[in-house]
Amino acid sequence: MANTGKAFIVSRGELQSLFDAVIARGFMPVGPIVRDGAIVYDELRHVQDLPEGWTEDQDAGTYRLKRRDDKALFGFNNGPHSWKQYLFPPRSKLWQGEKTEDGGFTVEEAEDTEKPFAFIGVRACDLHAIQVQDKVFMSDRHPDPLYAGRRGKALVIVVNCGQAATTCFCTSMNTGPRAQGGFDLALTEVLDGDDHYFVAEPGSTAGFSLLAEVPHTEADKDNVAAALECTARAEQQMGRKIDVSGVKELLYRNYDNERWDALEKRCLACGNCTMACPTCFCSKVEDVTDLTGDHAERWREWDSCFTMDFSYIHGGSVRPTTRSRYRQWLVHKLATWQDQFATSGCVGCGRCITWCPVGIDLTEEVRLIREREKD
Amino acid sequence: MRPHPFRVLDIAEEIPGCMTMRVAPDGAGGDAAFAPGQFYMVYVFGHGEVPISVSGDPVKSGELTFTVMAVGSVTQALCAVKPGAVIGLRGPFGSAWPVEAAKGRDVIVMAGGLGLAPLRPSIYRLLHDRNDYGDIALLYGTRQPDRIVFPQELADWRDEALIDVDVTVDTAGRDWPGKVGVVTELLKGRDVDPGRTSALICGPEIMMRFSAYALLDRGVAAENIHVSMERNMKCAVKMCGRCQYGPFFVCADGPVFAFDRVQRLFRTRDV
Ligand SMILES: Cc1cc2nc3c(=O)[nH]c(=O)nc-3n(C[C@H](O)[C@H](O)[C@H](O)COP(=O)(O)OP(=O)(O)OC[C@H]3O[C@@H](n4cnc5c(N)ncnc54)[C@H](O)[C@@H]3O)c2cc1C
Ligand code: SF4
Ligand code: SF4
Repeated sequence: MANTGKAFIVSRGELQSLFDAVIARGFMPVGPIVRDGAIVYDELRHVQDLPEGWTEDQDAGTYRLKRRDDKALFGFNNGPHSWKQYLFPPRSKLWQGEKTEDGGFTVEEAEDTEKPFAFIGVRACDLHAIQVQDKVFMSDRHPDPLYAGRRGKALVIVVNCGQAATTCFCTSMNTGPRAQGGFDLALTEVLDGDDHYFVAEPGSTAGFSLLAEVPHTEADKDNVAAALECTARAEQQMGRKIDVSGVKELLYRNYDNERWDALEKRCLACGNCTMACPTCFCSKVEDVTDLTGDHAERWREWDSCFTMDFSYIHGGSVRPTTRSRYRQWLVHKLATWQDQFATSGCVGCGRCITWCPVGIDLTEEVRLIREREKD
Repeated sequence: MRPHPFRVLDIAEEIPGCMTMRVAPDGAGGDAAFAPGQFYMVYVFGHGEVPISVSGDPVKSGELTFTVMAVGSVTQALCAVKPGAVIGLRGPFGSAWPVEAAKGRDVIVMAGGLGLAPLRPSIYRLLHDRNDYGDIALLYGTRQPDRIVFPQELADWRDEALIDVDVTVDTAGRDWPGKVGVVTELLKGRDVDPGRTSALICGPEIMMRFSAYALLDRGVAAENIHVSMERNMKCAVKMCGRCQYGPFFVCADGPVFAFDRVQRLFRTRDV
């Protein structure tokens, strides 16, 4: 799946037929909708359910929906949700077991009953986040059946960003704002006076054949230029940046930086950042039985490195202080992740900045750690 | 990722609160081949699953031995199983003690408390291939005389005189004829040829730190000193994220690490 260089036009009025084609192929379409004062992901069957004319103000610790003065369907940036809730659900059954007559037991892998997902409106940073989680859950030796199954069947429809939030820094992380590959279809929404259309670039044979079912025309040079202008605008609006040059070595050298002490006081260890982050993958398991004790199940649930439980071994937590837990999180995102998975664990989506109740900003923390490094 | 059923052949108290059990595959699917230092995820039906190192002889095929200290809900349930009961195993997982690489060299095995359990398979292995090694010493320290695990074997090994067994306890009554003091004391006055010594260390982290540094002081190179780490873990396949130790996943990169790889982390608090 790579950018093929072929571009087409789908008018605003024909977008529903794209949705219909997705549904007709048996996918469960999911994408952005407005709910409870935020743009979240849920089942999305109709274009009119998109957040038309909505955008938001985001900054460290704040998120507020507001009206746009146009009718853009995708004129917003990342909300609190990410696609990981579908590929790596917050809670899922791994297997169930039954006791047998001879005192033994049998165990059977849980079946995934979900339809294949079609992700509609994946941003470039989030596409990278999915690829980051692929490395965790689809290793050659022990692929996760649930994740690998869903990911293998999922259809990915990107919508390139035409604007950036003040919390965005994908350009620093080299993940956006324009998706370069790894999708089935990439759309760029162009609003030009009364003209409202999508430049559609197929990235896979599935994308090509999907598009074949949707009324479309070939894009001309101007259309392509207009699409590139959208992502260029987003690039210019990029609200934050982070200097990641040598950041792994920087953090490895700075386990004792004074900044961690400031975080000990500020961070609430609530774990919001880890829940919102599209790459965070840590989990716990729960083994349960029914009342008879003959039927057992194992469930997996999202967990956070900010809890005391997370690192508990008999005698206590390995990371008893907030400073050590924040340090674990940040060093993992930007440094140890590189050693573990040959990629950064951060894609620059900015969610952890927006959804931190006290507005802790990792871009700022890295800057300060760099500044206060003892020689 | 699913546990395979293993039947408990026998189970006996090792020391108060700690049981040693032998298990064998119950039907097809279970594998009982492991390398010394590796561990299994051990599941008690409906109770939960915990990492436990193999403590038995790697040459005995078709069965596995575990030595388990009851410290919490799952280990308590595990220590209470009866012969004939069925438990679940996934594994083996993790890195092994470098017994092959140590051939032709002297080996110092240092154990603290229950840390002798994950080391015992390596001692069996060294004894099987006794002629392939130079001097072998087992330096074992534990809290009190009644906390000594595998006492019969320690006595046998001492009698056979194939390895030099030295035991110390932190505290003891007057009736204890042996040594009192921390395990690093056993290194003092001992001939150590640093250029040809490999060390295997397992015990509480603080014990491993003092032991490793005592060996470094004696000139043993960090890459020839090995420690076995313990961390909370749920999946054992680098997915649950819990066992991270700096850049490492203890479940897969460890539990056995050459000390030069983790020395920096050992010096840092709360990693
Ligand atoms: C590689 C490896 C090898 C090991 N080998 C052995 C061995 O050979 N023999 C042996 O005896 N042990 C061994 N252990 C240790 C053993 O795995 C633990 O003692 C065991 O996991 C404890 O489980 P438990 O349910 O009995 O204890 P608990 O303390 O009840 O459970 C621990 C789990 O429950 C949660 N938890 C329980 N209580 C609390 C609390 N108060 N606060 C927060 N969280 C809590 C934690 O999340 C943790 O995951 C090994 C560990 C590792 C990593
Ligand atoms: S660390 Fe923050 S900015 Fe980076 S990917 Fe996670 S949520 Fe987004
Ligand atoms: S950094 Fe912010 S969101 Fe993350 S645990 Fe600390 S207070 Fe919560």
